[in-house]
Amino acid sequence: MARYVPPKQGKIGQVIDVIVLLVLAIGSLYIPLFMGMAGSTKTPQVVENPTWESLGQNATMVQRWNELGYADPASAADIITARFDYTFSWFSLGLMVVILVGYFAMMLILSEKEYREMISEKFGNGGRH
Amino acid sequence: MVETTHEPTERVGLLRVLGPAHVWALGVGIVLVGEYMGWNFAVGKGGAYAALMACWFAGILYTCVAMIDSEVTSTVAAAGGQYTQAKHIIGPLMAFNVGLYLVFAYTMLEAGNAITVGFLVDTVSAMTGHSGIDQRPFIILAIMFLAWLNYRGVLATLTFNLVITAFAFTAIILLFLSLKPWSGDSLLAHADLMTDLPYGWLGVLAAMHFGLWFYLGIEGTTQAAEEVRSPARSLPFGTLAGIMTLLTAATLTWYICVGLMPWEYLGQSGVPLFDAARLSESNVLMVILGFGTLFATLASANGCINDASRAWFAMGRDHYLPAWFGAVHPKYRTPYRAIIFLVPIALIFALGAPLDQVITFSILSGLLEYTFMPFNVILFRKKWPLESIKRGYEHPFHPLPAIMLLLLCSVAYFAVFLGYGTQLIAMLIFYVLVSLWFHFWRYRFVYRAGQFTMPWNKPAGY
Repeated sequence: MARYVPPKQGKIGQVIDVIVLLVLAIGSLYIPLFMGMAGSTKTPQVVENPTWESLGQNATMVQRWNELGYADPASAADIITARFDYTFSWFSLGLMVVILVGYFAMMLILSEKEYREMISEKFGNGGRH
Repeated sequence: MVETTHEPTERVGLLRVLGPAHVWALGVGIVLVGEYMGWNFAVGKGGAYAALMACWFAGILYTCVAMIDSEVTSTVAAAGGQYTQAKHIIGPLMAFNVGLYLVFAYTMLEAGNAITVGFLVDTVSAMTGHSGIDQRPFIILAIMFLAWLNYRGVLATLTFNLVITAFAFTAIILLFLSLKPWSGDSLLAHADLMTDLPYGWLGVLAAMHFGLWFYLGIEGTTQAAEEVRSPARSLPFGTLAGIMTLLTAATLTWYICVGLMPWEYLGQSGVPLFDAARLSESNVLMVILGFGTLFATLASANGCINDASRAWFAMGRDHYLPAWFGAVHPKYRTPYRAIIFLVPIALIFALGAPLDQVITFSILSGLLEYTFMPFNVILFRKKWPLESIKRGYEHPFHPLPAIMLLLLCSVAYFAVFLGYGTQLIAMLIFYVLVSLWFHFWRYRFVYRAGQFTMPWNKPAGY
């Protein structure tokens, strides 16, 4: 097989390639943050005049809250009552599975094509190079 | 010193100066910070028992990772670790993606560590009556100092890691022993503090997300492959000793923390082991665990800079990225351009994103990397059966660990999806886009045969 000789990339081209990669990386990671779609936040429940008992805390728990700097139940109420919301749509789950499986499938198929070319050039039709 | 067979000329290579203890320090050093911060978000996602189950299931996942990785890496002794493995076993596009997984997993982890350094300084300042300090200078200083250390040489860097990692691990053992869990008057009050599963079994699945944080990064030992004196012996030994250390530390950490704090507090704490020391009624322990937290974060950030830069360097050397990054410092023999280039990226995230988001980015990249490993080892055994290449280590029960790893990765994806699905999809879209960019544009600058640098036979079936 003829040996592939890659074109020489100029300095400006190298800089552009790095910028493209960085913009894609930082953009995709930051866009969900900027749009407020990232992460799941815990939502505290509103409790009027909370007491340690109404917050479900026993004597040992109260003692530890105090030692951690939470002297009264009102100061700890938001932390104690906050919960994640784990409801999800099956459509979103299905979308995630499709993208994930599709991504790995695409990568394995394209990799295999590149790999065969690489092995063919490296070893030709012989055994050990 | 390693010589490459690439068409591009390499003037100098990386130095072979490391032993098994350095490999252990690299792996455990990166990960041990997970015991000092981050793992406890698993408690927040599912409760105390859920975090324990996540700790053990994640432990099984990482045991599979360590076993698989040890076999492959004992034969692929080159910088880049899993990136280099993927290049030789699956193909260039997979390798490019794996290289990016490594860079982002470690750079985000480094950013998370720097955030924790700032938070710790703030906490200690508040305790001494100086609340409201600006954390940013400490974040910047931590990253810049460690980058400088990495720039100056790998032996000093990982020897530094060995010392501070050993201190941080010893601090956990000391805290455990000081709390006298065997004694009737122990401060540990599991019976009073443990509750039922607040989210039911769905919370157990959700907890798996941050359960990975107990161990994330142990696979980074392979990045030292080109700088270890005897890779076939040192890498499996250091990696497997590392996972055993971490399984011990993770279980002890869980036991200490859930026995001292209400789960609602623990689930959102920034520095849980330091909080545990505060509750131990011992100023000495508080100081030790304060330094333990600081050292664990520094050791982790240090190892992350080391690993991310090796992966970036290796991709530059192969022209997967601009070749400029493939340079080795003529005096210090480190991949200095890669080290410097990744500093501002870590700073962007350390200064601009919340800790749980940064951790999630790191976990997601790690998870994608673990998903690649079962394919990698199955193809490795198929293309180069056991008798065809001498391995430094052969992992047992193949393909059971690979199948188990794939199943546990599926569970972890679902766990991340519960609450952080947007990031997961955003990150996958990013990897799809860069894959297309690489295949249809960047790959034209890559020498074909020059990528294959191992002295192996032609793979079976080609």
